[in-house]
Amino acid sequence: MNPFFQLRDADIVRRIVTEIEQLDVDNPLRFMEVCGGHTAIIYRFGLTDLLPPMLELVSGPGCPVCVTANEFIDRAVALSELPDVTVATFGDLVRVSGSTRSLAETRAHGSDVRIFYSSADALTWAREHEERTVVFLGIGFETTACTLAATMAECVRNGIGNFRFLSALKTMPAALNALLAAPDTRIDGLILPGHVTTVTGPTVFRFIPREFGIPCVVSGFEPVDLLESVLMLCRQVKAHRADVENQYRRVVRDSGNPKAQALIDEMFEPCDMTWRGFGIIPGSGLKLRSQFSQWDAENITVQVEPTREHQGCRCGDVLRGRIRPMDCTLFDTECTPETPRGACMVSSEGACAALYHFAPVSHEG
Amino acid sequence: MRRLITELFVSRFNNPALSELADAALLEVNGSRLAFSTDSHVVKPVEFPGGDIGKLSVCGTVNDLAVMGARPLCLSIGFILEEGLRFDLLERVVASAAEAAQAAGVEIVTGDTKVVAKGECDGIFVNTAGIGLRPLGHGLSGEPIVPGDVILVSGTLGDHGIAVLSAREGLTFQTNIESDCAPLNDLLETVLSKSAGVKWMRDPTRSGVAAVLTELVEQKPFGIIICETAIPVREDVHAVCELLGFDPLYLANEGKVLMVVEANDSHHVLETLRKHPLGQNAAIIGTITAESPGHVRIETTVGSLRRLQRPSGELLPRIC
Repeated sequence: MNPFFQLRDADIVRRIVTEIEQLDVDNPLRFMEVCGGHTAIIYRFGLTDLLPPMLELVSGPGCPVCVTANEFIDRAVALSELPDVTVATFGDLVRVSGSTRSLAETRAHGSDVRIFYSSADALTWAREHEERTVVFLGIGFETTACTLAATMAECVRNGIGNFRFLSALKTMPAALNALLAAPDTRIDGLILPGHVTTVTGPTVFRFIPREFGIPCVVSGFEPVDLLESVLMLCRQVKAHRADVENQYRRVVRDSGNPKAQALIDEMFEPCDMTWRGFGIIPGSGLKLRSQFSQWDAENITVQVEPTREHQGCRCGDVLRGRIRPMDCTLFDTECTPETPRGACMVSSEGACAALYHFAPVSHEG
Repeated sequence: MRRLITELFVSRFNNPALSELADAALLEVNGSRLAFSTDSHVVKPVEFPGGDIGKLSVCGTVNDLAVMGARPLCLSIGFILEEGLRFDLLERVVASAAEAAQAAGVEIVTGDTKVVAKGECDGIFVNTAGIGLRPLGHGLSGEPIVPGDVILVSGTLGDHGIAVLSAREGLTFQTNIESDCAPLNDLLETVLSKSAGVKWMRDPTRSGVAAVLTELVEQKPFGIIICETAIPVREDVHAVCELLGFDPLYLANEGKVLMVVEANDSHHVLETLRKHPLGQNAAIIGTITAESPGHVRIETTVGSLRRLQRPSGELLPRIC
């Protein structure tokens, strides 16, 4: 059997679920899956319905589009309205509204907003269109940061003057620290992001069990991976242990990816960053190092509208695991994928969009 | 889009044939049972692996007639061309439309051309319309859909969606995936001539199988359950979907048909489909249920059950 399909095999899934049941968890436990990719798989495969009722999975701040703050989108919108600027971006971001508008809306009014799957493709496009200033919207976590670092390194090496980088890159450990340090956070275990950890290595998360006493498991992205991670978390809880364990050994090395880390370090430096739902988290962002400032789109002068938050939208509470999407009164009423009021309803990795698209039958109205 | 159609077009043009909102209008003219359909095509890029806008627009209208149980007779074609369009590209598109018409056994009997200023359209837009004849005693059974009926699909899903995506500017990944763009009239006529149990057919084009099935159950006293492991998807299409975060059920097809068939006729229909070159990968993917009326449910590969939602929004690749 193709190993890929084994990781979705109903018999293996049943076996792991039985093992979880046999652990006989007697207290309600809340595990947070940090990564939006995990959220999407959990909903798509209806994994919550397979788990015992004592176990609750809540989504965290690991959907890059969702945590992108309005002020960043506002700046991107303003830049897109400059006559010689092309805004280059990953897909989901175009539909997220800033304070008053989304990039999709400015595009409909004539701005040049283009979707690229990779930053390298955007750089190639910029080289072929020297008459345009191409502003690339750098959103994402460590996983994306290393590919963006590679693109910017190539850009700098070749002295491509019409490519600019607007950074909303974020780093996960600082955000988790801010989340767990908040007095109202109640999380009994963390399913750590497998792709981020592929780059960073698991050690950057060791402060979580040490300082907060919370068990952690680095997880892969298939149903079997996620259920095994839940099992490993339950075992830690039962044994009153708190460690960072690695379920995703087939990909994640203890040292992470040193080459990717070096590339990030070469091109970017830490900075304070605004997260939707959290505000400014000190040291949680990455920006171009000062010697590359000529490529930094922050230096383009543009009038940006004052930042406003959307009335009634509770994306911030969803991203902090305080509420579930259906606890927001806008969910599936005013806020749907066709008329999203908040970022979590836009991205395929957002908790609200995932629940909307993949509603388990137990939620059927 | 659906709101626009029902609240503006249907309410203003108000008539029984249109209100059915089917792929083609069913008409009776001097005792002849006709089907009449139109479709406009805007595809980016104009040429993609396995086809182009010419082939697509001919097959689109042929298929819209064929799924209504009609035998396509003739088509019209209208071109809107952007000033400065390369002539060799137009030549290729027209040749490919002609070839598709020949393959479908229909003639393009009337047409129109307009040229607009540069920037006022994107290369080539094409509209086709077609008339088909619905022969007596040879078509859809006309019986109501009831719980127990079986849902079949004529082949692998998502090929067209991924082929077009892979050719689109800015998404430079290499695949061998070709669009499934093909005229289905011969396949469907073969099935209908051999089986009386076919109750309903649609071609799952834009927004794919999810759009067609959720529309089928809307406001109906029945639901649908489909089985994820039964859905035919090419391995490479599956891989691209995993990479970009797409679901094959939401991707466009241009040479596939979904059918609702009486249970006791379903294996016979499946066999007939599989014997035809365009139906080799046909499969039974689900059933009509009395439970969960108005909803489509999907049994996932891991054995859980979830709802299949109506497609919404633009299809966009994910970030990481």
